Amino acid sequence: MIRVFKLSKIYRNESAETLALKNVSFEIKKGEFVAIMGPSGSGKSTLMHILGALDKSTSGKYFLDGTDVSKMNADELADIRNQKIGFVFQAFNLLPRYSAVRNVSLPMMYGGIEKEKRHDLAIKYLKMVGLGDRLDYTPSQLSGGQKQRVAIARALAMNPSIILADEPTGNIATKQAAEIMEILQELNDKGNTILIITHEKDIAEYAKRTITIRDGELAGDKKNGTR
Amino acid sequence: MANWQEIKKMGLDEILTESIGTLALNKVRTGLAMLGVIIGIGSVITLVSLGQASQKSVENQIKSLGANLITVSPAGQNVGGVRGAAGGGTTLTLADAEAIENSSEVSTVTAVSPEYTGRSQVTAGRNNTNTQIYGVVPEYLTVRNVSVANGSFISGQHVSSQAKVAVLGPTVVEDLFGKGANPVGQSIRIEGQNFTIIGVTETKGGTGFQNQDDRIFVPLTTAQKVLYGVSHLSSIAVNAISEDVVDLAKNQIGYLLLDRHKLKSPEEADFSFFSLTDILSTASEVTGTFTTLLSGIAAISLIVGGIGIMNIMLVTVTERTREIGLRKALGAKNRIITAQFLVESIIITFTGGFIGIMLGIGISYFLANSMSLPFTMSISSVLLAFGVSVAIGMVFGRYPAQKAANLEPIEALRYE
Repeated sequence: MIRVFKLSKIYRNESAETLALKNVSFEIKKGEFVAIMGPSGSGKSTLMHILGALDKSTSGKYFLDGTDVSKMNADELADIRNQKIGFVFQAFNLLPRYSAVRNVSLPMMYGGIEKEKRHDLAIKYLKMVGLGDRLDYTPSQLSGGQKQRVAIARALAMNPSIILADEPTGNIATKQAAEIMEILQELNDKGNTILIITHEKDIAEYAKRTITIRDGELAGDKKNGTR
Repeated sequence: MANWQEIKKMGLDEILTESIGTLALNKVRTGLAMLGVIIGIGSVITLVSLGQASQKSVENQIKSLGANLITVSPAGQNVGGVRGAAGGGTTLTLADAEAIENSSEVSTVTAVSPEYTGRSQVTAGRNNTNTQIYGVVPEYLTVRNVSVANGSFISGQHVSSQAKVAVLGPTVVEDLFGKGANPVGQSIRIEGQNFTIIGVTETKGGTGFQNQDDRIFVPLTTAQKVLYGVSHLSSIAVNAISEDVVDLAKNQIGYLLLDRHKLKSPEEADFSFFSLTDILSTASEVTGTFTTLLSGIAAISLIVGGIGIMNIMLVTVTERTREIGLRKALGAKNRIITAQFLVESIIITFTGGFIGIMLGIGISYFLANSMSLPFTMSISSVLLAFGVSVAIGMVFGRYPAQKAANLEPIEALRYE
């Protein structure tokens, strides 16, 4: 499913070179629920961006569903983001003027799904995350937890190979954070591959496997005990 | 650019409503951006329309003088190597005029008026004046578009009998007999000879280089033989069938006269042509140049308007960096982002162009009316204005749109 091999990322500016990732290699299989942990500045966000096809590695290989993402051009990367990856961001990143349905429809619009069909699918996914009664609400009318649920519905929209959640509970209250994690767990139980990035241990514990990154290097990879 | 298939799948209506929604969020800003285009397109439309209107009005004025009139004058002649003034020659004769009228080679002419002009002191009682004496034939009336107000004009009988009759222009009547007098039946003296006044012409006004009312008409033969003792003509005025065949008529007459004067090539011609179509084309050229010049100035305001749009689109792109990043993260290709921002700037310029055209039509209608010019609005200039406004959106929206499309998704998502 996901295989990264000796992945490195160097940020360069005029004065200095920063090594954000150093020879990271691991594999994630279909249906896994993985947490990538690490303190801020550890390189986990860089890793997430590369895995999400938002950024390219300086060296190393990244295979997603058997294809080499590190060799793709901008258009191909856009297709990968659209069809294989569902993003859930810390800051929700919903379009403020749009209803929940239209926010969820957005990736389907770029994916070339017919208008009526994407509308129906958006409603289906919003019902799946428990927002069947909030379809026409705009983000400002929703709580943090609800916003993140819209974002999860949006991540599901193109039926992606993997859901990438970057600190999905970072901006929401604890009680609602638990709800979000439970939704992600449910989705994983239904067979979705999920990768979350977090620096909170109790959030990471929802996952079945934890990969730890420290100073750009792989510092740990362990199976979590069943709760 | 995004291809049509992609846009169709996304739903053009969705892209449009999205863009309109974004533009509606910042009504003042959108309005100001639009204002540049409105003023630019509006002034171009107004100036082009007024330019065309004044061109048309000049054309109409010239045409009312007789656009199908051709005047043949003798060219200046070489006398011992010295070239005389144009019109001063003696090469044209009445036989030439008759040939023009009767030749089968000249098919485009309706009427011919041979003329001899002299200048003389004229007296009536104790009054006298110095005026132009026109030796004419009856065709003068139709060819020169003159009508008689009082009495009658020179007849064919008068011409063949060298009658000493005269028809006066209104200015001459005023000079010799006083304003409003009816001189018909009275007599005047020209070059020491008595002439009976048989008519007065209608006022034509002092249009052009000469006062057309300050003239005395006598039979052509009388002028040639009795008054001035010459056998040539000063000019032959010819009416072509229509203004479209003026050039053809000039050609036909030209070759006929070359033949009659035993000259081999047009370069040797001892006569020359003058027609109002010459003035007409010069006048249209002048007004056309003015229209182009003014439109050019107005077009500069369009460019300024376009820069305004570019400026505002750049601000919009910066403001929406996060949104652009998100859209790209969700799978929007660069060309889709470009298309979206281009659509926005085109909506601004298209709407602005539409309002500008309406405004331009309104203003030019009002101005044409108040300056009593004929109101003209060509479809082509309206279509061109639409085209130009869309093109401005595309040209000036392109850079901001590409700037948006080229944002790195992670940088854009991080942007606060």
